[in-house]
Amino acid sequence: MKNNHMQVEAICNGYVIDHIPSGQGVKILKLFSLTDTKQRVTVGFNLPTHDGGAKDLIKVENTEITKSQANQLALLAPNATINMIENFKVTDKHSLTLPNEVENVFPCPNSNCITHGEPVISSFSIKKSKGNIGLKCKYCEKTFSKDIVTEQV
Amino acid sequence: MTNPLFRKHIVSINDISRNELELIVKTAAILKQQPQPELLKHKVIASCFFEASTRTRLSFETAIQRLGGTVIGFDNAGNTSLAKKGETLADSISVISSYADAFVMRHPQEGAARLASEFSNVPVINGGDGSNQHPTQTLLDLFSIYETQGRLDNLNIAFVGDLKYGRTVHSLAQALAKFEGCKFHFIAPDALAMPGYICDELDEQNVSYETYSSIEEVVPEIDVLYMTRVQKERFDETEYQHMKAGFILSASSLVNAKPNLKVLHPLPRVDEITIDVDKTPYAYYFQQAENGVYAREALLALVLNETIGE
Repeated sequence: MKNNHMQVEAICNGYVIDHIPSGQGVKILKLFSLTDTKQRVTVGFNLPTHDGGAKDLIKVENTEITKSQANQLALLAPNATINMIENFKVTDKHSLTLPNEVENVFPCPNSNCITHGEPVISSFSIKKSKGNIGLKCKYCEKTFSKDIVTEQV
Repeated sequence: MTNPLFRKHIVSINDISRNELELIVKTAAILKQQPQPELLKHKVIASCFFEASTRTRLSFETAIQRLGGTVIGFDNAGNTSLAKKGETLADSISVISSYADAFVMRHPQEGAARLASEFSNVPVINGGDGSNQHPTQTLLDLFSIYETQGRLDNLNIAFVGDLKYGRTVHSLAQALAKFEGCKFHFIAPDALAMPGYICDELDEQNVSYETYSSIEEVVPEIDVLYMTRVQKERFDETEYQHMKAGFILSASSLVNAKPNLKVLHPLPRVDEITIDVDKTPYAYYFQQAENGVYAREALLALVLNETIGE
């Protein structure tokens, strides 16, 4: 962790999403609209990990992560950690729990689903089966793997 | 006592409990024996088919009229505001549902009926939404099974043909999984095998199922043989000719059948059931199609009447 702090500048107040699987950081930036914020956002892609792998990391200043964002993160990067920072210190850690449903975040991958072009929000129930995470559209009732749904970001 | 289906939307077979399924098939049996021409008296039912349909639309409209109701609607969306003026389905539903006591619909897009149920002031009955659900087909299938076998528990049922894309087999398997002790036998070309998500659901519910390579293998032990059509366009011509022979039912395939066996098919058939089967005591697909009227009568009667005298 200390090494990473040296690689990506520490923040005074805000939150840090760490241990994001390499390559998912861009999706999270887009999903949380962090490219539109006026706050300082520091990102690190492909940072080396202790076990010889790579990870992404995002630090957002003067902002709190919402419950909804934490739920979305649980889908995209279930092993990520969220640290709340005050005066350069970690004051709280959010654990990620897979939500039962996710609404108005990802469009339905089924191009023939009625949600496209109608005044309704997308809604998926989340099912974990045999180690795989599937998202079932409330409308077309089709179940998609997590990767297919989150690719739509 | 208020029946549990009163004013309920019928969108997906997954929304209907075992008790509700039993109530529908038992009501269908009563209505088949004792017609009740005033159950929908003074009720106006919108029958809106945004996509072509023969059996479903005609049997719904027959059911409405046999129960004394009146039908409004269309059988082709081409002349509606939706197609002509770009109105959303949501707006169309809001308006049409304000004219009627119930809304029967078929639509080419998956999820259309669920969306309709969110914008309609009256019960929505799904007559098919794209490749997703067709719950009233499942209800008439269940009624035909109940009528011929006297039960919906502890049945051996073979599903033959296109198990991958056939929404009727998916919904029927999901519905029968709600009952005790049913065993499923799947017979399909590898390319059209039952989808993994349905098998996962069956595993979760501890429903027993097996796959076989020919119909004859399972005939001696089954109660219901549910045939579906393998669509030619899913294969190249040579592959289709080679493969289809294994999934055609002829009278000779049924020589070892149990006396109670019934052959069902959602129709239309092409050549997957040879016409010599029609004359055997096992053929039940035409009665099954007729049962569509009684199953739909039962559903409409239950959705629109708080109580029904038995």
